[in-house]
Amino acid sequence: MTTTTAEHTDHGHADHAEHGMSIAGYIKIAAILAVLTGLEVSTYFVDFGPAFLPVLLVLMCVKFFIVVSYFMHLKFDSKIFSFLFYTGLFLAIAVYVVALSTFKFFTA
Amino acid sequence: MADTALHHDTSHGHSSTGLSNNKLGMWLFLGSECLLFGGLISTYMLYRGRVGTGPRPGNVYDIPFTSVSSFVLLMSSLTMVLAVAAAQKRDDRGTNLWLVVTALLGSTFVGGQVYEFTAMYHEGLGFTTSLFGSSFYTLTGFHGVHVTLGVIMLLSVVAMNRKNEISGNKSEVVELVGLYWHFVDIVWIIIFTLVYLIPA
Repeated sequence: MTTTTAEHTDHGHADHAEHGMSIAGYIKIAAILAVLTGLEVSTYFVDFGPAFLPVLLVLMCVKFFIVVSYFMHLKFDSKIFSFLFYTGLFLAIAVYVVALSTFKFFTA
Repeated sequence: MADTALHHDTSHGHSSTGLSNNKLGMWLFLGSECLLFGGLISTYMLYRGRVGTGPRPGNVYDIPFTSVSSFVLLMSSLTMVLAVAAAQKRDDRGTNLWLVVTALLGSTFVGGQVYEFTAMYHEGLGFTTSLFGSSFYTLTGFHGVHVTLGVIMLLSVVAMNRKNEISGNKSEVVELVGLYWHFVDIVWIIIFTLVYLIPA
């Protein structure tokens, strides 16, 4: 039984090691996020014309999925965790779409 | 055999899926938090144009200041992930160091939010001034409370780690707090774009 527990603990740590990235990898991800944030802020000072809204929304989505995938390890973790999280996220988006539609179609 | 299986399941909090119950619970909680913030963001998006006689969003937002505080919160995700990496290497000193740095960055963000709210109030935007004001303060205030709770959680883990009071898988405890912390960061990524950068 002791052996089982020890094996289990080792297995657990091995799992964590597989999920994680190297320190340099994390710093690269953070640098990418910083550059993307800089691009976002630049839209306030520079006129992007009709591309303004799409650029901001794409940058927001890219930053969101980078943090979720790499910092929160969803890319490397069990698909069950992804299912739990994205179910909540898509339900939230659905709530917004329904609320917006309600105001659009039923407002006098 | 049965005894071994029972010990296997309960002592490490693993479910029949082989996954940690604690981690499953945290992801389920974060999924439900998406709904909470989804509702708040939706409400803000619907009411941000209802300014009444109060100031408009463009008149009270200080984009350069908020950009800096957004950057601070974003970088706290890096220090958090470094804390998790240190915990997985069983480096207590490194874990505590990065957790404290994360808590300091989070506190800086909350301090910036308090300053921003104060400035907005002096510019005439109170909680009941308009639907825009109510929905703005409710959304960003809820987020600020989440960051504050995150800071308390980080400092609690540091205190418990220093006293060696964390039972079970220590790196998992740090990872769970980290998941919560990254979540408040991704919520701010959305708020920063939809609330601050896209004009009403």
